Amino acid sequence: MRRLLPHPLLSAMLLVIWLLLANDVGIGHILLGSVLGVFIPLFSNRFWPERPRLARPGTILLLSGRLLRDIVAANFTVASAILHPQRNLTPGFVHYPLELRNEFAITVFASLISLTPGTVSADLNADRTVLLIHALNVTDRDALIAKIKQSYERPLQEIFPC
Amino acid sequence: MWSELLIGFFIIGGASFALIGSIGLARLPDFFSRLHGPTKATTLGVGGTLVASSVYFSLHGDGLSLHELLIMFFLFITAPVSAHLLAKAALHLRGLSGGDDSGIGR
Repeated sequence: MRRLLPHPLLSAMLLVIWLLLANDVGIGHILLGSVLGVFIPLFSNRFWPERPRLARPGTILLLSGRLLRDIVAANFTVASAILHPQRNLTPGFVHYPLELRNEFAITVFASLISLTPGTVSADLNADRTVLLIHALNVTDRDALIAKIKQSYERPLQEIFPC
Repeated sequence: MWSELLIGFFIIGGASFALIGSIGLARLPDFFSRLHGPTKATTLGVGGTLVASSVYFSLHGDGLSLHELLIMFFLFITAPVSAHLLAKAALHLRGLSGGDDSGIGR
Protein backbone atom coordinates (compact mmCIF):
# COMPACT_ATOMS: atom_id res chain seq x y z
CA MET A 1 0.00 0.00 0.00
CA ARG A 2 2.80 2.32 1.01
CA ARG A 3 4.64 1.58 -2.22
CA LEU A 4 1.59 1.95 -4.44
CA LEU A 5 0.37 5.16 -2.81
CA PRO A 6 3.41 6.97 -1.43
CA HIS A 7 1.45 10.21 -0.99
CA PRO A 8 -2.23 9.53 -0.33
CA LEU A 9 -3.00 13.21 0.25
CA LEU A 10 -1.40 14.21 -3.05
CA SER A 11 -3.32 11.44 -4.81
CA ALA A 12 -6.63 12.62 -3.38
CA MET A 13 -5.83 16.20 -4.34
CA LEU A 14 -4.96 15.21 -7.91
CA LEU A 15 -8.29 13.41 -8.21
CA VAL A 16 -10.17 16.47 -6.93
CA ILE A 17 -8.21 18.77 -9.26
CA TRP A 18 -8.97 16.50 -12.20
CA LEU A 19 -12.69 16.46 -11.39
CA LEU A 20 -12.68 20.28 -11.08
CA LEU A 21 -10.82 20.60 -14.38
CA ALA A 22 -13.33 18.36 -16.12
CA ASN A 23 -16.15 20.19 -14.28
CA ASP A 24 -18.05 16.92 -14.29
CA VAL A 25 -18.40 14.06 -11.82
CA GLY A 26 -18.96 11.08 -14.10
CA ILE A 27 -17.71 7.55 -13.51
CA GLY A 28 -15.26 7.95 -16.42
CA HIS A 29 -13.69 11.07 -14.97
CA ILE A 30 -13.44 9.52 -11.51
CA LEU A 31 -11.62 6.53 -13.04
CA LEU A 32 -9.26 8.70 -15.10
CA GLY A 33 -8.62 10.98 -12.12
CA SER A 34 -7.82 8.00 -9.92
CA VAL A 35 -5.36 6.67 -12.50
CA LEU A 36 -3.65 10.07 -12.55
CA GLY A 37 -3.74 10.19 -8.75
CA VAL A 38 -1.92 6.86 -8.55
CA PHE A 39 0.64 7.36 -11.31
CA ILE A 40 1.72 10.99 -10.91
CA PRO A 41 2.89 10.52 -7.27
CA LEU A 42 4.63 7.28 -8.31
CA PHE A 43 6.60 9.01 -11.05
CA SER A 44 7.34 12.18 -9.12
CA ASN A 45 8.11 10.36 -5.89
CA ARG A 46 11.81 11.16 -5.88
CA PHE A 47 11.02 14.87 -5.73
CA TRP A 48 9.12 14.38 -2.47
CA PRO A 49 11.43 12.32 -0.26
CA GLU A 50 9.47 13.02 2.90
CA ARG A 51 5.76 13.35 3.09
CA PRO A 52 4.44 16.48 4.82
CA ARG A 53 2.50 15.61 7.92
CA LEU A 54 -0.68 17.49 8.50
CA ALA A 55 -2.27 17.65 11.90
CA ARG A 56 -5.50 19.25 12.99
CA PRO A 57 -7.75 19.59 9.96
CA GLY A 58 -9.94 21.87 12.09
CA THR A 59 -7.14 24.41 12.36
CA ILE A 60 -6.73 24.37 8.57
CA LEU A 61 -10.40 25.28 8.15
CA LEU A 62 -10.11 27.97 10.82
CA LEU A 63 -7.01 29.41 9.13
CA SER A 64 -8.69 29.40 5.70
CA GLY A 65 -11.69 31.26 7.10
CA ARG A 66 -9.48 33.83 8.79
CA LEU A 67 -7.41 34.23 5.62
CA LEU A 68 -10.55 34.90 3.57
CA ARG A 69 -11.80 37.47 6.07
CA ASP A 70 -8.38 39.17 6.31
CA ILE A 71 -8.01 39.34 2.53
CA VAL A 72 -11.37 41.09 2.14
CA ALA A 73 -10.78 43.48 5.04
CA ALA A 74 -7.21 44.36 4.06
CA ASN A 75 -8.19 44.88 0.42
CA PHE A 76 -10.46 47.71 1.50
CA THR A 77 -7.70 49.24 3.63
CA VAL A 78 -5.19 49.12 0.79
CA ALA A 79 -7.74 50.35 -1.76
CA SER A 80 -8.45 53.42 0.33
CA ALA A 81 -4.71 53.97 0.83
CA ILE A 82 -4.20 53.93 -2.95
CA LEU A 83 -7.15 56.22 -3.65
CA HIS A 84 -6.14 58.79 -1.04
CA PRO A 85 -2.46 59.32 -1.70
CA GLN A 86 -2.44 62.49 0.40
CA ARG A 87 -2.77 60.27 3.45
CA ASN A 88 0.87 59.53 4.06
CA LEU A 89 1.93 55.96 3.65
CA THR A 90 5.13 54.87 5.32
CA PRO A 91 6.28 51.78 3.45
CA GLY A 92 9.11 49.89 5.02
CA PHE A 93 10.83 46.60 5.67
CA VAL A 94 10.22 44.49 8.71
CA HIS A 95 12.49 41.70 9.91
CA TYR A 96 10.30 38.89 11.02
CA PRO A 97 11.90 36.31 13.36
CA LEU A 98 10.65 32.94 12.16
CA GLU A 99 9.72 30.24 14.60
CA LEU A 100 8.67 27.76 11.93
CA ARG A 101 11.41 25.34 10.96
CA ASN A 102 9.71 23.07 8.45
CA GLU A 103 10.58 24.15 4.88
CA PHE A 104 7.11 23.49 3.56
CA ALA A 105 5.53 25.38 6.44
CA ILE A 106 7.78 28.39 5.79
CA THR A 107 6.75 28.35 2.12
CA VAL A 108 3.08 28.34 3.05
CA PHE A 109 3.67 31.08 5.60
CA ALA A 110 5.50 33.33 3.12
CA SER A 111 2.72 32.79 0.57
CA LEU A 112 0.04 33.69 3.12
CA ILE A 113 1.88 36.91 3.93
CA SER A 114 2.07 37.85 0.25
CA LEU A 115 -1.60 37.05 -0.29
CA THR A 116 -2.86 39.22 2.52
CA PRO A 117 -2.71 42.75 1.18
CA GLY A 118 -0.39 45.22 2.83
CA THR A 119 2.49 42.81 3.21
CA VAL A 120 4.74 41.00 0.74
CA SER A 121 7.43 38.56 1.78
CA ALA A 122 10.65 39.70 0.15
CA ASP A 123 13.54 37.57 1.32
CA LEU A 124 14.57 34.75 3.59
CA ASN A 125 18.03 34.66 5.09
CA ALA A 126 20.36 31.74 4.52
CA ASP A 127 19.68 29.81 7.73
CA ARG A 128 15.91 30.36 7.49
CA THR A 129 15.47 32.27 10.71
CA VAL A 130 14.51 35.75 9.52
CA LEU A 131 11.91 36.58 6.91
CA LEU A 132 12.15 40.02 5.36
CA ILE A 133 8.66 41.46 4.86
CA HIS A 134 7.80 44.61 2.99
CA ALA A 135 4.76 46.36 4.43
CA LEU A 136 2.84 49.12 2.69
CA ASN A 137 2.18 51.03 5.86
CA VAL A 138 4.40 50.51 8.87
CA THR A 139 3.41 52.42 11.94
CA ASP A 140 4.40 49.96 14.64
CA ARG A 141 6.82 47.19 13.67
CA ASP A 142 6.38 45.17 16.84
CA ALA A 143 2.59 45.30 16.61
CA LEU A 144 2.72 44.10 13.00
CA ILE A 145 5.04 41.23 13.89
CA ALA A 146 2.87 40.26 16.85
CA LYS A 147 -0.25 40.30 14.71
CA ILE A 148 1.26 38.12 11.97
CA LYS A 149 2.66 35.74 14.56
CA GLN A 150 -0.67 35.42 16.32
CA SER A 151 -2.90 35.01 13.29
CA TYR A 152 -0.75 32.97 10.90
CA GLU A 153 2.39 31.48 12.40
CA ARG A 154 0.73 29.94 15.47
CA PRO A 155 -1.90 28.04 13.45
CA LEU A 156 0.76 26.86 11.00
CA GLN A 157 2.85 25.58 13.90
CA GLU A 158 -0.11 23.48 14.96
CA ILE A 159 -0.79 22.24 11.43
CA PHE A 160 2.82 21.28 10.69
CA PRO A 161 4.26 19.78 13.85
CA CYS A 162 8.02 19.49 13.56
CA MET B 1 -33.61 38.74 -10.84
CA TRP B 2 -31.82 38.34 -7.52
CA SER B 3 -29.21 36.14 -9.15
CA GLU B 4 -28.46 38.83 -11.72
CA LEU B 5 -28.06 41.37 -8.96
CA LEU B 6 -25.68 39.02 -7.15
CA ILE B 7 -23.65 38.32 -10.30
CA GLY B 8 -23.50 42.02 -11.14
CA PHE B 9 -22.38 42.84 -7.63
CA PHE B 10 -19.49 40.37 -7.76
CA ILE B 11 -18.38 41.36 -11.27
CA ILE B 12 -18.40 45.07 -10.53
CA GLY B 13 -16.77 44.57 -7.14
CA GLY B 14 -14.06 42.35 -8.60
CA ALA B 15 -13.42 44.71 -11.48
CA SER B 16 -13.18 47.70 -9.13
CA PHE B 17 -10.54 46.00 -7.02
CA ALA B 18 -8.61 44.95 -10.11
CA LEU B 19 -8.74 48.58 -11.30
CA ILE B 20 -7.63 49.95 -7.94
CA GLY B 21 -4.82 47.39 -7.84
CA SER B 22 -3.67 48.56 -11.28
CA ILE B 23 -3.84 52.22 -10.22
CA GLY B 24 -1.71 51.29 -7.23
CA LEU B 25 0.75 49.54 -9.54
CA ALA B 26 1.13 52.75 -11.55
CA ARG B 27 1.02 55.34 -8.79
CA LEU B 28 2.68 54.02 -5.66
CA PRO B 29 6.03 55.64 -4.93
CA ASP B 30 8.64 52.87 -5.04
CA PHE B 31 9.17 49.42 -6.50
CA PHE B 32 8.36 47.45 -3.39
CA SER B 33 5.10 49.29 -2.79
CA ARG B 34 4.12 48.71 -6.39
CA LEU B 35 4.67 45.03 -5.89
CA HIS B 36 1.63 45.01 -3.62
CA GLY B 37 -0.61 45.79 -6.58
CA PRO B 38 -0.37 42.52 -8.53
CA THR B 39 -0.69 40.29 -5.46
CA LYS B 40 -3.79 42.19 -4.39
CA ALA B 41 -5.59 42.34 -7.72
CA THR B 42 -5.35 38.58 -7.93
CA THR B 43 -6.92 38.02 -4.53
CA LEU B 44 -10.11 40.05 -4.34
CA GLY B 45 -10.33 41.28 -7.93
CA VAL B 46 -9.99 37.93 -9.61
CA GLY B 47 -11.82 36.27 -6.71
CA GLY B 48 -14.93 38.40 -7.20
CA THR B 49 -14.97 37.85 -10.95
CA LEU B 50 -14.59 34.10 -10.49
CA VAL B 51 -17.41 33.92 -7.95
CA ALA B 52 -19.63 35.73 -10.44
CA SER B 53 -18.61 33.32 -13.19
CA SER B 54 -19.30 30.33 -10.97
CA VAL B 55 -22.75 31.60 -9.97
CA TYR B 56 -23.65 32.49 -13.56
CA PHE B 57 -22.67 29.16 -15.12
CA SER B 58 -24.17 27.18 -12.24
CA LEU B 59 -27.53 28.85 -12.78
CA HIS B 60 -27.57 29.32 -16.56
CA GLY B 61 -25.28 26.58 -17.82
CA ASP B 62 -25.71 22.90 -17.29
CA GLY B 63 -25.17 22.02 -13.66
CA LEU B 64 -22.83 23.18 -10.93
CA SER B 65 -19.72 24.95 -12.22
CA LEU B 66 -16.76 24.77 -9.88
CA HIS B 67 -13.64 24.83 -12.02
CA GLU B 68 -13.31 28.53 -11.14
CA LEU B 69 -12.09 27.27 -7.76
CA LEU B 70 -9.16 25.73 -9.57
CA ILE B 71 -8.19 29.05 -11.18
CA MET B 72 -8.27 30.68 -7.76
CA PHE B 73 -6.20 27.86 -6.29
CA PHE B 74 -3.49 28.12 -8.96
CA LEU B 75 -3.39 31.90 -8.67
CA PHE B 76 -3.01 31.65 -4.92
CA ILE B 77 -0.09 29.29 -5.39
CA THR B 78 1.72 31.20 -8.14
CA ALA B 79 1.16 34.89 -7.33
CA PRO B 80 3.16 34.95 -4.06
CA VAL B 81 6.04 33.06 -5.67
CA SER B 82 6.43 35.54 -8.53
CA ALA B 83 6.08 38.49 -6.14
CA HIS B 84 8.69 36.97 -3.84
CA LEU B 85 11.12 36.44 -6.72
CA LEU B 86 10.61 39.99 -8.02
CA ALA B 87 11.27 41.40 -4.55
CA LYS B 88 14.33 39.20 -4.13
CA ALA B 89 15.70 40.32 -7.49
CA ALA B 90 15.12 43.97 -6.63
CA LEU B 91 16.88 43.56 -3.28
CA HIS B 92 19.74 41.89 -5.05
CA LEU B 93 20.08 44.78 -7.49
CA ARG B 94 20.13 47.24 -4.63
CA GLY B 95 22.93 45.28 -3.06
CA LEU B 96 20.94 44.68 0.09
CA SER B 97 20.80 40.95 -0.23
CA GLY B 98 23.80 38.74 -0.67
CA GLY B 99 24.15 35.03 -0.26
CA ASP B 100 25.17 35.38 3.38
CA ASP B 101 23.25 36.38 6.48
CA SER B 102 24.57 39.91 6.51
CA GLY B 103 22.62 40.59 3.34
CA ILE B 104 19.25 40.68 4.98
CA GLY B 105 20.21 43.44 7.39
CA ARG B 106 19.58 47.01 6.51
